[in-house]
Amino acid sequence: MLLRHTPKEITERSALTINPAKTCQPIGAMYAALGIHGCLPHSHGSQGCCAYHRSALTRHYKEPVMAATSSFTEGSSVFGGQANLVQAIDNIFTIYEPEVIAVHTTCLSETIGDDIPQITRKAEADGKIPDGKYVIHVNTPSYVGTHVTGFANMTKAMVDYFAKSTGQKIDQINIIPGYVEPSDMEEIKRIAEMMGVRVVMFPDTSKVLNRPQTGKYEMFPEGGVTVEALKTTGDSLATIGLGRLASGPAAQALDTKCNVPCEILDLPIGFKATDRLVDTLRKTLGITVPDSLNNERGQLLDIVTDMHQYFYGKKVALAGDPDHLIALTEFLVSIDMWPIHIVTGTSGKKFESRIREITKDSPYPINVKAPGDMFLLHQWIKNEPVDLLMGNTYMKYIARDEDIPLIRMGFPILDRIGHSYFPIVGYRGGMRLLEKILDAILDRQDRDAPEESFELVM
Amino acid sequence: MKALNENIPIETEQIDPQEVKQELLRKYPTKVARKRAKQIVVNKVAEEQEMQEIGANTRTIPGIITQRGCTYAGCKGVIMGPTRDIVNITHGPIGCGFYSWLTRRNQTRPDGPADENFMTYCFSTDMQEENIVFGGEKKLRAAIQEAYDLFKPKAISIFSTCPVGLIGDDVHSVAREMKEELGINIFGFSCEGYKGVSQSAGHHIANNGIFKNVVGLNDNVKEGKYKINLLGEYNIGGDAFEIDRILNDCEITVVSTFSGNSTYDQFANAHTADLNTIMCHRSINYVAEMMETKFGIPWIKINFIGGSATAKTLRKIANYFENEELKQRVEEVISREMPEVIKVRDEVRARCEGKVAMLFVGWSRAHHYQELFKEIGMKTISAGYEFAHRDDYEGRSVLPSIKVDADSRNIEELEIHPDPERFRPRKTDEQLKKLQDEGFRFKDYDGMMREMSDRSLVIDDISQYESEQLIEIYKPAIFCAGIKEKYAIQKKGIPMKQLHSYDSGGPYAGFRGAINFYREIDRMVNSQVWKHIKAPWQESPELAAKYACD
Repeated sequence: MLLRHTPKEITERSALTINPAKTCQPIGAMYAALGIHGCLPHSHGSQGCCAYHRSALTRHYKEPVMAATSSFTEGSSVFGGQANLVQAIDNIFTIYEPEVIAVHTTCLSETIGDDIPQITRKAEADGKIPDGKYVIHVNTPSYVGTHVTGFANMTKAMVDYFAKSTGQKIDQINIIPGYVEPSDMEEIKRIAEMMGVRVVMFPDTSKVLNRPQTGKYEMFPEGGVTVEALKTTGDSLATIGLGRLASGPAAQALDTKCNVPCEILDLPIGFKATDRLVDTLRKTLGITVPDSLNNERGQLLDIVTDMHQYFYGKKVALAGDPDHLIALTEFLVSIDMWPIHIVTGTSGKKFESRIREITKDSPYPINVKAPGDMFLLHQWIKNEPVDLLMGNTYMKYIARDEDIPLIRMGFPILDRIGHSYFPIVGYRGGMRLLEKILDAILDRQDRDAPEESFELVM
Repeated sequence: MKALNENIPIETEQIDPQEVKQELLRKYPTKVARKRAKQIVVNKVAEEQEMQEIGANTRTIPGIITQRGCTYAGCKGVIMGPTRDIVNITHGPIGCGFYSWLTRRNQTRPDGPADENFMTYCFSTDMQEENIVFGGEKKLRAAIQEAYDLFKPKAISIFSTCPVGLIGDDVHSVAREMKEELGINIFGFSCEGYKGVSQSAGHHIANNGIFKNVVGLNDNVKEGKYKINLLGEYNIGGDAFEIDRILNDCEITVVSTFSGNSTYDQFANAHTADLNTIMCHRSINYVAEMMETKFGIPWIKINFIGGSATAKTLRKIANYFENEELKQRVEEVISREMPEVIKVRDEVRARCEGKVAMLFVGWSRAHHYQELFKEIGMKTISAGYEFAHRDDYEGRSVLPSIKVDADSRNIEELEIHPDPERFRPRKTDEQLKKLQDEGFRFKDYDGMMREMSDRSLVIDDISQYESEQLIEIYKPAIFCAGIKEKYAIQKKGIPMKQLHSYDSGGPYAGFRGAINFYREIDRMVNSQVWKHIKAPWQESPELAAKYACD
């Protein structure tokens, strides 16, 4: 057994986190910053933070992930990191020539209280920021929130630094996609395009973290929201923020700063949440939903009705981020599956109550904890076994020990590919999820069936 | 310098390495160029000539995009991570513990299903804002208690992350108190990320901690005639398993491995071995030095990377024990294993001969893997370490001349004295002299540069920019580095082998490891997959126009 020390009996823990279902703010900020065109993320702290974040993102995407660091030493930790950051800004613009440097802080620079705007002003005064180039920043202390918070904060920083209201509205909608994969961002744009909606999506990591093999490496590939496009977000007709935690702060900031009305929706995972996105776009812009989209919806529902017998009553354990888990739980419940153990490392009372509401008709007691960890999730599973696990790669240890099939979703996925190319959002993303669920359940049935009831047609 | 036309095979001899060096520095701001110039050396190999000096173990230049990680990574991630039965608690916000959770591919194999293995777990105090403001000692104490209550481990260790040092949490006094209270060994490491200039500082801190707190606690003497410790072998991809297999066949007993596939008890009785053998000089030489002073165990540098290197290492160990039976046994094992190594080597060599490799990794790997490439006819034209010191490049003879700067002075140097009860010289002075007269070398490492060819480029702490330039200029057949570098290189159409984690491969140490590596490199540099990158219409776009004209 790989997790041989996890006891069935659950004891209260107040200080020790075991097998976390989260990581720290800066990596979320780094990921979001990669979704700005021509941007080099910069980690203001020890160089290990940057190395760890780049490694984790690289393993997840199997793509180049470039970012720089202030490389603090003990001296800079005592005297402050101003000299390091000014030098870093100079070096980055001279050597790598990005359009934007997006600085995020770390627990180190936050604890010593470095003032990034003041340091940036110093760099500017010293002539280290070339004309037409930008240094933006966000505070992301690792001891507050999680990677989702970091993503939300960096996304909000895009609004704080760039969004402008000229008074002249532009016929476009801002969509903040949430902490989702490049494939998901692409899919949300495709849905909007099908509806004839002009969209500014930010951040946008598609064509950044799912690049083709071309024999050429470009540090700043074609993808990412441009600074020009970010500036226009203040003139958009509306903002749709997908995922309250990841997109809420930026959407609200745009409303406050530029009076762009916003609607915060769930991530469009499953047909109900996708319906709400499509319907919001329809109502906001007064447009008709095209047949092509109705067709996709119909195909998704066709799978649901055709294969309902395999979904019905299956118990599921989930770990991931709140925005994902809310939409996913709703999707599973809507096809008569029962998520019964749900854990996230990100705190939130609202999350717990939302999950309880979605699962209120469940025949089983629901275990939900935010923040909780995967050690607790495993203990719940030992006490009430499930048919299926959904979560990141770390759940494969539980899957193997308990002999339960696992569908990988969330962050990080270190041992499979697909997430950067194929979405789980929208109707087609829903179809992909159902295909994965059926593959997992039916493979298991095939494996375990007695010979006489081994089915050819399923 | 313009990249050569990609259709013409590149004769690396025609490229002037001095010019390349200037090209690498050209774009840098003056101060940066001046510093980097010291860290980029065109190798000169001549008899009797002293090695050139290389800048190493100096501060990373902010913003340059370095390969390097931090002190915590060196301490918790590298040295202590592979030990399976210590509960390693990261004291800090969640990230550090999360990122060092199972990501290095250190394999471990508990003796049985009931034996302890905590490596699959991540333990953290997950510090929150209030812990930063009001101090985290209380939470740490509670976390240790909870870990004890749940797992009853032999030992618990604590790893400090950046904010811990800044807010002044005293992890060592918490460890002492809890040790007394719980009656198990509990010890802390002040391995805050900002200490030192790279993960190297973390290795030193881990060496000190394990030496101070564990080594020498268990005097049980393991059975076996020839007892060694294997230091600086982390069992990535199963390397230590292969080495154990070979040593076992030679009837050489491994008392402890630092730290691949290791246990707490192995560390505790490491002092009962009769020889320390060092694989990775950089990360572990401190422990060897301290064990020699305190317990009288001599150390030698060895190398299990490559078939001939493995044979040479086995003979060296046998020579140390001065036993004919052992020497005989070692020869038997070598002659049993080598034919297959040679067979595969020659087969692969026919396809790899003359191709060019570059290696930029930590460990002693950037050095030792050159030998494997050489065995299959490949040439390493540029190499460097991520976090080495000058002695790893120029050899230990340079040690007395290395100035200790402020960053290194932060790392504690333990004052070690012979243990009144346990110090036991393993050889008499006469025996030592006789061995040395016969050419046997103790505590010696000649470094990477002496073994690299003339005009090769030695680059310390290479930057992303320099890597890209090197590839453009030399177009190597393979580039070896770490995960952060991997995909930028492969996007250029050049296969990239991770020599930290081995990608998904290994073992590469020992005889079978050499075979695995030859085959892996053959797969990578001779694969057809790299030839499919261009679509037919991208290869010859004019053809379409022709049809249109017809």
